[in-house]
Amino acid sequence: MRIELNGGVVELADAATLADAARAAGAPQSARGVAVALDGEVVPRSEWDSTPLRDGATVEVLAAIQGGAVDLNGVVSAPSRGIRS
Amino acid sequence: MTLGRSDAQWTLGDREWSSRLIAGTGGFRSLEQMEEALAAAGTEIVTVALRRIDPSAGGSVLDVIDRLGLFVLPNTAGCYTARDAVRTAKLAREAFQTDWIKLEVIGDDRTLFPDAVELATAAEQLVADGFTVLPYTNDDPILARRLEAVGCAAVMPLGSPIGSGAGIRNPYNIAIIAERAAVPVILDAGIGTASDAALAMELGCSAVLAASAIFGAAEPTTMARALRAAVESGHLARAAGRIPQRTYAEPSTAYEGIPDLS
Repeated sequence: MRIELNGGVVELADAATLADAARAAGAPQSARGVAVALDGEVVPRSEWDSTPLRDGATVEVLAAIQGGAVDLNGVVSAPSRGIRS
Repeated sequence: MTLGRSDAQWTLGDREWSSRLIAGTGGFRSLEQMEEALAAAGTEIVTVALRRIDPSAGGSVLDVIDRLGLFVLPNTAGCYTARDAVRTAKLAREAFQTDWIKLEVIGDDRTLFPDAVELATAAEQLVADGFTVLPYTNDDPILARRLEAVGCAAVMPLGSPIGSGAGIRNPYNIAIIAERAAVPVILDAGIGTASDAALAMELGCSAVLAASAIFGAAEPTTMARALRAAVESGHLARAAGRIPQRTYAEPSTAYEGIPDLS
């Protein structure tokens, strides 16, 4: 199956779960400071393993970065326009 | 008003804090520089942002924060609508296992001023969802009152635009906000140097947030120390009760007993 993962298209096994997508994006085992949205909705970590994916799903895997009031001068990544729906 | 030991602590949300300086974590040249500056600032609360994960990123800001024993305050930096801000807050709650959120809803990427309408909408929704909401807001006493009325745990007015280092452009409004608020007022943006931080506290703020003032200084760790001292000084001066400002002199030495030396 093909899903959109952090803005890119990736191929995953047909039985893949949200946990597989998080790993594919590079989430560490501990998943500390990591959050996942499936089609724009937050999915709690405890449900990643049991949440199946379907072809065409949009997954965002986010992690903590250094942040001040607002990031400046491209020192860190440019502000995203939020989580796509 | 006396500044006893109990006054050294202040309450934000449901917790007691000792430090009145909150720091941003962005912009430092390295995690090592950030760690040294945050330690020097004596801060207890630091802000972090959420972005798409970068597997190639070396080291984690969270490792440093954990090592220093600091409280993570996630923000919604980069959000332009209430909808995006609420979603980002929910992601942050999941990522950091905290109900606290520094709510930023930006209206314009040149000024980075808050969008008052979207901000108030997002604040109301997040409070209803159980968040401890700390909104970055304009120096507008009425908006501050509205944010407090919907249940925000603090209000965080800007002194001047984020990253401008222009200090507090409207000290009268900051003083009005601080005087009328029943929740802590935290001066959020515009701090450029120590005197700005001291002024914020003298105007009645409970705390100051500094980000670019620290990481952008030629010597971030030294500036962190300076801001720490300034926040403490300003808080003490506020508690001490300053003398009124006058146009003309007011002698501090009695006139009686002046000898005639002519």
